Amino acid sequence: MSDKSENKEKKDKKDKKDKKDKKDKKDKVEKKEEKSVKTLKSGKNDKSSQVVKKLLPRLKNQRFFLILSLLMAVITVLTTLYVPVIIGHAIDLIIGQGQVDFDGVFAYLTKIGIIIAITALTQWIMNICNNHITYHVTRNIRNEAIEKIESLPLSYIDKQSYGDIVSRVIADVNQLSDGLLMGFTQFFTGVMTIVGTLCFMLRINSLITLVVVLLTPLSFLVAKFIARKTFSMFRLQSSTRGDETALVEEMIDGASVVHAYSYEERAIERFDEVNEKLGKYSLNATFYSSITNPATRFINSLVYAAVAVVGAIAAIQGRLTVGQLASFLSYANQYTKPFNEISGVVTELQNALACASRVFDLLDEENELAEAEDAIDLAEPDGTLKLSQVEFSYVSGQHLIENFNLDVKKGQKIAIVGPTGCGKTTLINLLMRFYDVKDGSISVSGIDVRNLTRRSLRAGYGMVLQDTWLKAGTIRDNITMGKPDASDEEVIAAAKAAHAHGFITRLKNGYDTVIAEDDDTLSAGQRQLLCITRIMLVKPKMLILDEATSSIDTRTELKIQEAFNTLMEGRTSFIVAHRLSTIENADIILVMKDGSVIETGNHQDLLEKKGFYYNLYNSQFAV
Amino acid sequence: MKRIWKYLREFKKYCVLAPLFKMLEATFELFVPLVVASIIDKGIGASDINHILKMSLMLIILAVIGLTVSITAQYFSAKAAIGCATSMRHGLFSHIQSFSFSNIDECGVSTIITRMTSDINQVQNGVNLTLRLFLRSPFIVFGAMIMAFTIDFKAALIFAVTIPLLALVVFGIMFTTRPLYIKVQAGLDKILAMTRENMTGVRVIRAFNQENVEKEAFFVANDDLTKLSKFTGKISALMNPMTYLIVNGAIIVLIYIGAVRVNSGSLSQGQVVALYNYMSQILVELIKLANLIINITKALASAKRIDDMFNVESDMQEGSIEAMKPADEDNAVEFNHVSLRYKGGGDEAISDINFVAKAGQIIGVIGGTGSGKSSLVNLIPRYYDISSGQLKIFGQDVKDYSYKCLRDNVVTVLQKARLFKGSIRENLLMAQPDASEADMWEALEVSQSKEFVEKKAKGLDEFVEQGGKNLSGGQRQRLTIARAVIKKPRILILDDSSSALDYATDAALRKAIKNMEEAPTLFIVSQRAASLMHADQIIVLDDGHMVGLGSHEDLLASCKEYQEIYYSQFRKEERA
Repeated sequence: MSDKSENKEKKDKKDKKDKKDKKDKKDKVEKKEEKSVKTLKSGKNDKSSQVVKKLLPRLKNQRFFLILSLLMAVITVLTTLYVPVIIGHAIDLIIGQGQVDFDGVFAYLTKIGIIIAITALTQWIMNICNNHITYHVTRNIRNEAIEKIESLPLSYIDKQSYGDIVSRVIADVNQLSDGLLMGFTQFFTGVMTIVGTLCFMLRINSLITLVVVLLTPLSFLVAKFIARKTFSMFRLQSSTRGDETALVEEMIDGASVVHAYSYEERAIERFDEVNEKLGKYSLNATFYSSITNPATRFINSLVYAAVAVVGAIAAIQGRLTVGQLASFLSYANQYTKPFNEISGVVTELQNALACASRVFDLLDEENELAEAEDAIDLAEPDGTLKLSQVEFSYVSGQHLIENFNLDVKKGQKIAIVGPTGCGKTTLINLLMRFYDVKDGSISVSGIDVRNLTRRSLRAGYGMVLQDTWLKAGTIRDNITMGKPDASDEEVIAAAKAAHAHGFITRLKNGYDTVIAEDDDTLSAGQRQLLCITRIMLVKPKMLILDEATSSIDTRTELKIQEAFNTLMEGRTSFIVAHRLSTIENADIILVMKDGSVIETGNHQDLLEKKGFYYNLYNSQFAV
Repeated sequence: MKRIWKYLREFKKYCVLAPLFKMLEATFELFVPLVVASIIDKGIGASDINHILKMSLMLIILAVIGLTVSITAQYFSAKAAIGCATSMRHGLFSHIQSFSFSNIDECGVSTIITRMTSDINQVQNGVNLTLRLFLRSPFIVFGAMIMAFTIDFKAALIFAVTIPLLALVVFGIMFTTRPLYIKVQAGLDKILAMTRENMTGVRVIRAFNQENVEKEAFFVANDDLTKLSKFTGKISALMNPMTYLIVNGAIIVLIYIGAVRVNSGSLSQGQVVALYNYMSQILVELIKLANLIINITKALASAKRIDDMFNVESDMQEGSIEAMKPADEDNAVEFNHVSLRYKGGGDEAISDINFVAKAGQIIGVIGGTGSGKSSLVNLIPRYYDISSGQLKIFGQDVKDYSYKCLRDNVVTVLQKARLFKGSIRENLLMAQPDASEADMWEALEVSQSKEFVEKKAKGLDEFVEQGGKNLSGGQRQRLTIARAVIKKPRILILDDSSSALDYATDAALRKAIKNMEEAPTLFIVSQRAASLMHADQIIVLDDGHMVGLGSHEDLLASCKEYQEIYYSQFRKEERA
């Protein structure tokens, strides 16, 4: 048994290491790619085809609409091409004065009427299909993105700028959606028109058709060449846009600081710097990609001239009538028009793909380390906790927490004190498994936390952080986060225990008052009281209080402390606090400095030791 | 809309040149049929291969001219669109910098971000497309109509009916979808806010296993957005089929009338063909136009939203005094029956506050959660305007100072420690751009951050992530204090800004500030009596009212609220 678990542990470690290596490699590759984008040396075309490969499976469940849209496109194109033929026939019946076959003309006109009605209908259905496909695909991608955000490791989120991720989920997906819509509407019909016209031309003369067919790929090549060259420009444009969004977010969100230091002008200067850069990159991307259209049109004009020469000479030799040449030229024109459109769409698609690649980069980020398949649901934590030889750091190579050992018995109250930056919050990141230990292990109820489901582990804890985050919604929504089915009585009881009931009832709509995420209607203290109410409602088995009462005045704090004391009875709890008065009665006080525990014991022991804690304790009474 | 004109006008030259070159291009296209006609008539008719080759060369020359003209047009329109967007972004960003706190509270951070980014993008696309293609269409449409009139007046009347009908459809659809696109954007805003929230609150969401709840909520909002987009799309999708129907319907009528008029001898067969060709040309243009109209409608909707943001005016008037009186003025801060009521808020946040802070004094502000401590000190640098009473800084009404003067002299360190992305050095220079290396270390020393900054691998050049995410709460707070101290302000306000510091560091910090060369008038807002007890005056707030003012000893003897606070923090030790 123990052998087995040991093996498993080894295997886990190895797996993790492998994954890490892979990640490192990936990082390197990514960096390299970024570099290549920056130097604009090579727009990697395989990159855009990779993006397409990722996009295709996401279109799969739209198969029905895709096929319907395709079908409608075929009908639309055929009828559209057919109408001029009938009109021609009708015109043939209008020869001259007194030579008009009215019955015949009427018959043709009725036919035209029916056909254009069909065309309009199929065109409309096709448009609706395309709308459906596009909006559903983008919706699904956004849903995927939010799922990804929920399962990304915190190490990624902590590192990333929020503005950049937001810009991927919103602006980039939008661009993708625009590109898709344009692609479907114009790409299908374009291709169909080409095929249709080709058939009509073949019926007239195969030699000249051959000339056309041989020359037109040129315009595709040109379009492709430009697209390849501009892909990296588009990517550069959207990454600069991401930078700009991040800066805007920082400056707007931090407006208080900007104002406090009269930083407005320099904020504008910094913004202008990025903005100018974005303008430059945008101009490059937009201008160079917009060359596609004139360039392909130029090739088409050459084709047109070639047809004119070959056709005219053939006509002189008597192998072609003038009328046939005329219709040939008009068909050649019609044949090349979709190429223009398609190449126009290709630029749009190119932009869309560049944006899509940023979205997919996000979607391809590695998730939190997957839970073991046989991960156990921690049903009823018994309150014991063991940290053995824990090692951790945020950046590999640096050492933050080293050889950390701790054995917690059921119902114990563990206080963590120490100067700022000593690793208190890091410890909580590890307990909640926001981050995984680099070495050693943490076990709850005797089970390694890596063998537990995250859900059940986190449900076992109640956490109140110094950073009081509330979500946009009502006060009630925020309180019942951990227990959505709580009754009103329970909510009020919890709020009373947290001494939040009073101020909540004074709000405009009481418990139904809507607050925004970064709302200023509540003070930091009030927000903290709400966070505490959340915990009071759930009554979890283990508690983590990270400076949970730091923003609350001491009078209220004393009262809350009583409530906490009742709550903590029989529950294992971890308390981080600066006010040493609140932790005097802890069972174990861990005094941390620079990532390791330098003193352990209860209040009396530590005071008698006259060590670091003693100094810390006495300093609060000094000036 | 006016706003867009204003920005477009900066690029007037390009805005005129781009469509002009587009029209040139279209005109050259119109020459092609003439050349072809010549090939047929003269080349084939007279079996003149030389002429055919000459004319084909002509076609190639036309193509080259077309290419040059068209690339020039693309360049000008890209230049105009991007120039306009870039300067609009600059304008909007600068405008937002003039917002007061209540303005920002009202607009919301995520809304401002969307305006700055995706909305301006839409406008950029819209301008680009308009210049490149939108203006070309009317040229062709009306050109074709004029040509039709030169052929046959009566038959051309069909054009005169068809074109307004087409305009009705095109603009009708634009008109109905515009408000819908505005709604779609609002839906997008909501999704944006939710995405952001899921990152700022990631710890709480995961701690409470709320991932699925958040996901569900996002799915619902996303679904709403999708439905709305689809509905809007359905209306836009009518454009192509409807214009197709109208134009082809007109062709049917045209041929019928043509048949009648040919029969009566007033029109030839060839002329009917020509009329038909012009009608087809209109259709081709309209198809192109229909594809654009969605983008242009979206751009217009975005333009309106941007305009709304530009129309938000700062709700404070800046004063004009550029320099504060020298230190001989005794009263640094004077509150005279000051009250504050927040916009849209219910009760007064603080009421009838009276006190005088002498220059160089240390003033403590203490009180329970929500008692109005922050509201009180936020008035000194005029983050908000008082609702009644009078507030004087160094003898002048606070409203008479220019923002720059006021904020150069009054610096607040907020409870929420905010640092910007960049090095520690850059964060310090943000407050005092001309600070020397020595100034910086001095400020770090005063703020008790010298030690940990020295320990950083790169020292002053250590990188700070956005929001200071890579620093601990205490380190962040100390750096924000350093940033304030380096300005050497006349008045320094620490708004609960040492809450994450341990007592020893907190005490050392206060001592260091007191010993600064030109010690500022210092306001300390705190919940800890220990941080304040040595202040010259302590203001005790309760529910927005000042219930005590005096020294620690006075208050301990006379103020009930202060006693309660104090004894809740110093129990046995002091009583013993």
